[in-house]
Amino acid sequence: MNGISTIFRREFASYFASPVAYVFLVIFLIMQGLFTFYLGSFYEREQADLVAFFTYQPWLYLFLMPSIAMRLWAEERRSGTFELLLTLPIPTRSVVAGKYLAALAFAALALALTFPIWITVNWLGSPDNGVIITGYLGSLLMAAAYLAIGAAMSSITKNQVVAFILAVTVCFLFLVAGLPMVLDTVSGWAPEALVLAVANLSFLSHFDSLQKGVVTLGDVIYFVAVIVFWLWVNRIVIESKREAG
Amino acid sequence: MADVLLEARNLSKHFGDLKAVDGISLTVKKGEVLGFLGPNGAGKTTTMKMLTGFLAPTDGSAYVCGELVTSDNERARARVGYLPEGAPLYGEMSPRAFLQFIARTHGIVGKEAEDVVESAASAVNLDSVMTQRIETLSKGFKRRVGLAAAILHAPDVLILDEPTDGLDPNQKHEVRRLIEAMSIDRAIIISTHILEEVDALCHRAVIINKGAVVADGTPSELRSRSKYKNAVTMLVPDEYAEKAASALKGIKLVAGVEAAKEGDLMRLTVLARGGGDIADTIGDIAAVSNWQVTQFTVDPGRLDDVFRQLTERDV
Repeated sequence: MNGISTIFRREFASYFASPVAYVFLVIFLIMQGLFTFYLGSFYEREQADLVAFFTYQPWLYLFLMPSIAMRLWAEERRSGTFELLLTLPIPTRSVVAGKYLAALAFAALALALTFPIWITVNWLGSPDNGVIITGYLGSLLMAAAYLAIGAAMSSITKNQVVAFILAVTVCFLFLVAGLPMVLDTVSGWAPEALVLAVANLSFLSHFDSLQKGVVTLGDVIYFVAVIVFWLWVNRIVIESKREAG
Repeated sequence: MADVLLEARNLSKHFGDLKAVDGISLTVKKGEVLGFLGPNGAGKTTTMKMLTGFLAPTDGSAYVCGELVTSDNERARARVGYLPEGAPLYGEMSPRAFLQFIARTHGIVGKEAEDVVESAASAVNLDSVMTQRIETLSKGFKRRVGLAAAILHAPDVLILDEPTDGLDPNQKHEVRRLIEAMSIDRAIIISTHILEEVDALCHRAVIINKGAVVADGTPSELRSRSKYKNAVTMLVPDEYAEKAASALKGIKLVAGVEAAKEGDLMRLTVLARGGGDIADTIGDIAAVSNWQVTQFTVDPGRLDDVFRQLTERDV
């Protein structure tokens, strides 16, 4: 635990060592606003809920979460601190967890800074705040899944840009798996079970119910499983990169 | 054996068909500074990485204070201070923040962490730059930050990979002085390809080539393997040089004579056959023949010569 918190503190602080973190937060909030008000037609809906706010988040996260995660390992490998880090008396799994949690905390901070929209909706009407909280938790869970993919992709390469592109690609596959256009190409020939499996891999379908305030064990397990799987991949890649010298 | 702090037994590392390290064994005792020499690509860094648990050996094992070194054994790693090649650091941090991070990874917290950070920093004279970003520091200062990070938890074993590489002569001197000061109750292993380092610093030297140990001994022992052992060097005026050289070559104890021009004078280096003692004989002859010898020195042997001899074979 001690190891995780040590790594976490350094990593989280390093986000704020350059103006990039602040730029990111500003971009995130502006984009979130644009998506909510223009694409989501927040006002025109005339409903006191945050559906307009959450609906486009999976797409927003597609680019923003990989950009949070891309430096996690790529930068360590590029600068050689990778070796320093892995020869400290901290188990590799704690390093993986500490770094990941730092990225997650940064994403959580960005998400928390959207609180004005919550205040606004409460001021304009009387929304169901339980649904909103569930929506936020679902959003964070989804962000966490994106970040786990991003962290694993970051460990594959020394180049942050490559890490970003790989992460966007993999995240995109997870995102669109449930869309009709993907399912249609599969359903023509594949057995029903496979179509269902592909559909179930999608972030969209699992996030959908969460943002509407419905928490099912299945959705939570899905996201947790995705996170655990990619962190495991992250660790395996780290071990193999270490061995490669 | 109680004071052997670092031990490698038959360490090997193969990358596919490439045998980067092929059965290296060595020990470092408390208070000893071991120079780990070899040409670039001989396997120095790979060996160092195995000693620190960064790389898992293909075969063989390493022990730190009796603990087996593996990539999972944090107890072994806690007793090692490691300066990786090029001293990588987190550029965006200040030396103070960086050293506090390192202290925390060793489980040192609170007031104690502040103390060890400040004392390690002042040991390497970092006090004036503690709040600057590391990336803005000069190379010498960066190296010192790396050294401070390696020593702050008072490790029993220090593993320094090319600690003076890329530094100017003054900085080199400084770093050597530091290492010397730290060597008292520790076992230190330094990899280098700079031979002067060995003379300046090391109690013992191991030379490796192509992943295997080719020599292990004190600097004087290694030096005495040189063909220059007990060679006599003297300066002779040009006009006598040829006569002197041919006279010297006739002596049975002499293996050969090397000549090099130096202004109006000629530097003659007389090699001793089998490294025997020829100084007296040569001195007598020179005096009798009246070659007007200036400067007369006896060579203890040359490390660079031994180094080349051991590592240049079949290239």
